[in-house]
Amino acid sequence: MANLEVKFCGVKFSNPTVLASGILGVTASSLKNVIRNGAGGVTTKSIWLEEHIGHKNPTMFGTEHYFVNAVGLSDAGMKKAAEETFPEYNKNKPAPIIANIVASSMEDFAKLTEEITKCDPDIIELNLGCPNVEDQHGKPFSCVAADAAKVTKLCRAMTKKPLIIKLTPNVSDIATVAKACAAEGADGFCAINTLYGMGIDINMRRPILTNKSGGLSGPGIKPSAVKAVYDIYKATKLPIVGTGGIMTGEDVLEIMMAGARLVGIGTMVNYRGVEGFGEIVKEMEKWCEENGVKDLEEIIGVAQ
Amino acid sequence: MHIKTFDTRFKTLRIKKILEENPTTKTFIFEYPLGGKPGQFAMIWLPGFDEKPMSIAFDDGKEFWITICKVGPFSSAMHELNVGDKVGIRGPFGTSYKFKKGENLALVAGGYGAAPMYFVAYEASNMGCHVDFLIGARNKDLLLYTHKILSLANTKLHISTNDGSVGVQGFITQVLDQILADSHSKKDYKVFTCGPEVMMKAVGDVCDKYKTPAWLSMEKYMKCGIGVCGQCAIDDTGALCCVDGPVMEWKKLRKLPEMGEYHRDAQGKKHYLRAK
Repeated sequence: MANLEVKFCGVKFSNPTVLASGILGVTASSLKNVIRNGAGGVTTKSIWLEEHIGHKNPTMFGTEHYFVNAVGLSDAGMKKAAEETFPEYNKNKPAPIIANIVASSMEDFAKLTEEITKCDPDIIELNLGCPNVEDQHGKPFSCVAADAAKVTKLCRAMTKKPLIIKLTPNVSDIATVAKACAAEGADGFCAINTLYGMGIDINMRRPILTNKSGGLSGPGIKPSAVKAVYDIYKATKLPIVGTGGIMTGEDVLEIMMAGARLVGIGTMVNYRGVEGFGEIVKEMEKWCEENGVKDLEEIIGVAQ
Repeated sequence: MHIKTFDTRFKTLRIKKILEENPTTKTFIFEYPLGGKPGQFAMIWLPGFDEKPMSIAFDDGKEFWITICKVGPFSSAMHELNVGDKVGIRGPFGTSYKFKKGENLALVAGGYGAAPMYFVAYEASNMGCHVDFLIGARNKDLLLYTHKILSLANTKLHISTNDGSVGVQGFITQVLDQILADSHSKKDYKVFTCGPEVMMKAVGDVCDKYKTPAWLSMEKYMKCGIGVCGQCAIDDTGALCCVDGPVMEWKKLRKLPEMGEYHRDAQGKKHYLRAK
């Protein structure tokens, strides 16, 4: 049997599948349930300094090809993370946890980094790329390389934990943004956040999402994710959580060959249920077995 | 690869008829083969405003009913609608109540929980089940569906009100206790309950006393309705109310720390059901 264990910034994961941020991540119980179903790790839903109200329903819709959401980063804030989510998850901790944090100002990002470090996550992920709160908070920081670099620098000064930057694909050259962050001390990246999307109900003649605009994910965006990971890996050689449209074990292997070391999985849950994590791991094992791969290290970035 | 069948797109339906159940509750009737089963829910969308999960109160394959009590901004907006107005619908979603021909069922409804329980009673009655339909309400003005229930064959209606304005004065659990005490030798007795969580927990406790199996209609704050967002995850199993429920077996809920204790809001923050 192939060794599916991977190390990411020194943190050991039993397999490279990681729950992506925003899916099934409201409570520690839910995160633990994802691990029970086979994921190698989890990412929290984006944590704000203070409570943050999300958008009204409908917050999601999809077809067999794609999915669009605008939940709007609803969250109870740092207090809940510190008092409930992390203590409960860390009790009989089943697998590594990535803390995803979000803020509307650079100062708050730094403050949050300091606060979340006290919760002892394995990795801290800065959400610099969510497209769903632009009306309230403006364009995300990873739209501009200099801004992304500045946030990275401020947060880097606040923690010794591995610090990774989740990037938006909605830029002309994602590798430039990644390089700017790497220069300021980023340990790795997560790519990609969702693309822009909108759907209109023709009978109602109105956008489906109450927020009108949303983030596009699901099977159709995989090629964009693979390309982004390929470019970031080539430009920085830093570890990457590759995410976007991953539905199968074969998809995991594909994005790893582009350069991903961990693979974020979220929208898959809509298509295969939470039990899809375990199935994906089995699909990877089968492929490795058939193709003589003994260790996943052999395939990371192999397509470069 | 196994792919779940899903359809997250809305059907646009016009309201065919509106029934006034009581001063705060209306039933909206839609002519459409939704295919809902007793206990399931549908998402109702008012474009540009909001979308909420609602229990299905009746579905005969030709039309379905949604009964809505005016409790907040969304239900108030629903109450402003007229026959012919359009709403978006997706569903049916979630688990349903399971019963076989000829079984003995006690359906325990708290307040407007009578509406979805009516759907169970309607199907069970048609299947020749013996149904005890228990409704607990604060007072007689808040009762609903009683005439419809009384028209069902093999169905006996029991009412309790807190103020004694109709039926037994007190809690519906006292009535249930009496029924189970009289008939607990019947091995196939099943209890289904839909109402406030604290009431359902009390119903579960009565069932435990007589070793009677029970199923509950759980209600948690939902967003997607399709098992993706995690908003309605229940502590500490992480089971999702929208896909693993809403109908869940009491024996799997009884020991959960969340059961009858707290709910979470749209931000995931806990709110205790009783003062701590």
